[in-house]
Amino acid sequence: MPTETVKGQAFLGEEEVRKVAKLARLELRTDEIVRMTAELSAIVRYVQKLGELDTTDVVPMAHVRLARTVLREDAPRAGLSHDDALAEAPRVAHDGFAVPAFVDD
Amino acid sequence: MESWLVRPISEIAAAVTRGDVSAEEIARASLAAIEHKDPSLGAFLTVSADAALAQARAVDAKRARGEKLGKLAGVPVALKDALCTRGVPTTCGSKILARGARGWHPPYDATVVTRLKEADAVLPGKCNMDEFAMGSSTENSAYFPAKNPWDRSRSPGGSSGGSAVAVAARMTAGALGSDTGGSIRQPAAFTNVVGVKPTYGRVSRFGLVAFASSLDQIGPFAVDVRGAARVLEVIAGHDPSDATSLAEPVGAYEAACGKSPRGIRIGVPEEYFAEGLEAEVSASVRTAIDDLARAGCLIRPIKLPHTAYAVATYYILATAEASSNLARFDGVRFGLRVEPPRGTLADMYGQTRDTGFGDEVKRRIMLGTYVLSAGYYDAYYLKAQRVRTLIRRDFERAFSEVDLIATPTSPVPPFRLGERVKDPLSMYLADVYTLPASLAGLPALSLPCAPTAPREDRPALPVGLQLMAAPLDEERLFTVAAAFEAVSPARSLALPPA
Repeated sequence: MPTETVKGQAFLGEEEVRKVAKLARLELRTDEIVRMTAELSAIVRYVQKLGELDTTDVVPMAHVRLARTVLREDAPRAGLSHDDALAEAPRVAHDGFAVPAFVDD
Repeated sequence: MESWLVRPISEIAAAVTRGDVSAEEIARASLAAIEHKDPSLGAFLTVSADAALAQARAVDAKRARGEKLGKLAGVPVALKDALCTRGVPTTCGSKILARGARGWHPPYDATVVTRLKEADAVLPGKCNMDEFAMGSSTENSAYFPAKNPWDRSRSPGGSSGGSAVAVAARMTAGALGSDTGGSIRQPAAFTNVVGVKPTYGRVSRFGLVAFASSLDQIGPFAVDVRGAARVLEVIAGHDPSDATSLAEPVGAYEAACGKSPRGIRIGVPEEYFAEGLEAEVSASVRTAIDDLARAGCLIRPIKLPHTAYAVATYYILATAEASSNLARFDGVRFGLRVEPPRGTLADMYGQTRDTGFGDEVKRRIMLGTYVLSAGYYDAYYLKAQRVRTLIRRDFERAFSEVDLIATPTSPVPPFRLGERVKDPLSMYLADVYTLPASLAGLPALSLPCAPTAPREDRPALPVGLQLMAAPLDEERLFTVAAAFEAVSPARSLALPPA
């Protein structure tokens, strides 16, 4: 990547891949970690290509500038019914979505 | 019966409206074609025969009451399985939206689905796709790969491969797909049909399972330009449920198909005819551009100097957005849940996602999480956003000199199943010509031009011509596409082998 922002290396190590998997809430198996490390390194090496470009003073573009969008009127309208919202729930308890007990993890 | 399905959308709708044929007969023909052809093609994940027949009967009843029928009266339109359909399972090509054999049943219809129904279309089923639209071959479907009707050992492209095959094999007259980086245009090119990615914001995404929200756009497939134009007219337009949908009036796309292309300036960027482009594809597209000149278009060389950076830019931005969008698949409210005994909430999230997502989806979530993570955000994500600006500026400059841009849709004809899927980067590079228009939010379409010549190792294969336009200039796109279609040698390839 560009010299002014270089922080990483041109490849990822397994430790780093484990860290990213945790952030992404993916409980990857060991063989997946190994494979993913090699594949992501190849892709990350490829995207370093952007470092060839001088982008000083170029404004970042998060979104296509939309010609004219209109927000809808701020008026109440019916949302999903309680039954519709719960219809696909994997587990329901006390008329709500049931999840395993958790503290803060 | 099947003969109705080889006809273009406008003829089917006219025949149903006149009463030459009932919508039910057409629906039955479509369902029979799916039953007969799809086992060897894999275009459909769900066939909703009962719902389709009920829709068709409702159209016939409406006609019997003397009511005016919609623009798509009785026209069978297949839906990419990324579009929500009330009462019909939606999987997005993923196991995470299935529990056991039962797919997720969305509580509402996508806006485009509602609009198709209002136009009296009939919806026979949900089409195969790369899981969460991540892929360019439909091999990343969690269910089975779709096959190219022109050569079943080859990919129909992706991610909207099933939608393209449904139309190419005449199982339905039209289809909807979604295009984030080429997922409508490339499969259209690979299967010899017309596919349109409208201007970003032209079609509501309400009810489209989100992949990369700054890029996703829904668009039509059809066997002819006019048919695609008609479907776009039906689905386009402002929707209060999608804050990114544009308020601008919808153009007269179908009427634009009959206009003269004389005097329209077409730019040909040298960067799209560079290394990596197969010689036969290049020759076919250059011949098509010569045909456009003969039709009265003015051909000009142009430069789009940042083209080579589009793949890297796209794969940073799209994966970053995907990593955020796909956070909602956590096993709590719908879809798959893997809940280990005595496990914590975090265990449930982690195991549900590891079990439910396929390899490519995990890879992209990982890449997206990485480029957004502390220490890398500026170097990758912000950098890619800056390069996106440079790519957009390339187009702004180009469109100050020309009206449209003509290029190949794909650098290669349909590749073999299995040929690229093991090497993610080679698959990403297949999108090199479609990504720039996505990044710039431009409308673009692919339509058939001359196929490759048959060789010992492969039959004649489809080739797509891509046309791109300035934002909201879909009408000119349709004018030039229809003019080329009238002289295109691709007509000789019109029907795939049975």
